[in-house]
Amino acid sequence: MTVAAPPVAPATGRNVSSGAGGSRVGRSGPVAWMVLPALLLFVVFGIVPLIGVVVLSFTQWDGLGPIHANGFANWRSVLADPQTWHSVLVTFEIMILSWAVQTPMSLLLGTFLAGRQRYRAFLAVLYFIPLLLSSAAIAITYKALLDPNFGLGAGLHIGFLTQDWLGKSNLAIGVVIFIVSWQFIPFHSLIYQGGVRQIPTTMYEAASIDGAGRVRQFFSITVPQLKYTIITSSTLMVVGSLTFFDLIFVLTAGGPGDATRVLALDMYKRGFMSNQMGPASVIASIIVLLGLALALILRRLGGSTTASQQEGA
Amino acid sequence: MAIATTSSTSTRRARGGPVRAHKLLQLNWFGGLAGWIWLAIVVIPLYWIVVTSFKDQSDYFSQNPFALPSAPTSENYKLVIESDFPRYFINSVIVTIGTIVPAVGISFMAAYAIIRGAGSRFLAGVNGMFLMGLAIPLQATIIPVYLLIIKMHLYDSLLALILPSVAFSIPLSVLVLSNFIRDVPKELFESMRVDGATEWGMLRTLAFPLTRPALVTVSIYNGLAVWNGFLLPLILTQSPDKRTLPLALWTFQGQYSVNVPAVLASVVLTTLPIVILYAVSRRQLLSGLTAGFSR
Repeated sequence: MTVAAPPVAPATGRNVSSGAGGSRVGRSGPVAWMVLPALLLFVVFGIVPLIGVVVLSFTQWDGLGPIHANGFANWRSVLADPQTWHSVLVTFEIMILSWAVQTPMSLLLGTFLAGRQRYRAFLAVLYFIPLLLSSAAIAITYKALLDPNFGLGAGLHIGFLTQDWLGKSNLAIGVVIFIVSWQFIPFHSLIYQGGVRQIPTTMYEAASIDGAGRVRQFFSITVPQLKYTIITSSTLMVVGSLTFFDLIFVLTAGGPGDATRVLALDMYKRGFMSNQMGPASVIASIIVLLGLALALILRRLGGSTTASQQEGA
Repeated sequence: MAIATTSSTSTRRARGGPVRAHKLLQLNWFGGLAGWIWLAIVVIPLYWIVVTSFKDQSDYFSQNPFALPSAPTSENYKLVIESDFPRYFINSVIVTIGTIVPAVGISFMAAYAIIRGAGSRFLAGVNGMFLMGLAIPLQATIIPVYLLIIKMHLYDSLLALILPSVAFSIPLSVLVLSNFIRDVPKELFESMRVDGATEWGMLRTLAFPLTRPALVTVSIYNGLAVWNGFLLPLILTQSPDKRTLPLALWTFQGQYSVNVPAVLASVVLTTLPIVILYAVSRRQLLSGLTAGFSR
């Protein structure tokens, strides 16, 4: 390829980029303007609010009236409030337990779905239906399904199912984890299915010639080969769990008591029900920081350079 | 299986590897067991929703929950439709279309600029910012968004839902689309440029047709997220006539919590459009669901 980069840019007139970097930058000039609409909207409704959330955490605002600066008062009161730490705890509890339920199940189902049999393709069609439903619809359904008086348990006269599922703290958390798994395991199975299909068949052939059984192959080939897929999927699960709002809001509204009051719900309740936007912004800042920290930690786990190559590809 | 022909390129890409059966995976009995159990876990609640939505209340309280209705009734659906659901449906359609068309359009332009202008520090910086947006739970910025919407005098309007939704969908859309535009051979751009085509002309006549499957994928992903969105309508609207379907579901459930069959009929009705879409173009939808993740 001996196509010399012509130093003369096509004369479109508009030249947004002003960096001094020789002919390459000059050539990028006529296209750079195309990024502007997206940039503008993302700055206004993404970056400004991101900075705004930190700014508002140092102010006092009831959601309607004027906004007053009040220094570190919100941070001091929120960090001293046991409610905050309870919400952090509940958030992590749901995050870790739902990860621990979803990951092995998704791995197993993803491996299963990677087979090319017709019936597996058919099963996959049905598995993915929960992904189409809104969290609100799912929460409403399970609320009715688990009702101790008129739900499934009462109708079928099964004692085990007739418990007050959403009325007892531990049970309610268990229900949230079950529903999250019901909703998202298909999604992560789909990711693993794609990952498994990329593993070279020759690896399995070599292993079976060496006498490795199916279970051995799963743990010695499938799981290690899926390392980066596991990291991607876990990142989505963990960062995503910080924003479980709709489901818990409709299902339990944080109850019973505060048993399922995760950080996102705590933010909503402080801000939009108690009209304390300052403290609510402190909680929001904590959510943003946690999300960034968790994403970075998980990226490190994968060995930074190779992981970013794999994920960015 | 042969429905979505346009999707073949994207599906092949999403899998990346050789499309060949793993013979060794075929006898995976443990996986098979898990597969059938999971099928039951998924299907039983779905079956219950549909069956119950056709029962009247006395049937619901007295019958076996899995039995077919003794006298199937459409009263529940009638009640839902009479409770203004057609309006909420139209609102959801407006917000969804109103979001994905501009979102995908401007993301496509941005992705095109980022790939074609590779080497520009400005564009690399913008791209880095979009990528950062992927790691941040943007819903946590709802309070300043609420403040912005009030200041713009957009509170309680459908536009208030559209603008933040467009912004939130940009990071992933740009990532996925730029991965596809990168695959368009450089020589094609070069020869068009020699023939005097402008960048805008190349975007329209070269990049657009070649990345169409990716555009559909990204539209579906964003469309589903907006259609099912709950937090933005909850916080940025107030009047009943601005409700979108998920919010309407929630308020309907609050009103008729005793009438479970009617509540479930509302669940069926709000999900029906997506299920139909799923039946028509399953592959497109699935590649849309995992846009950018399964590669």
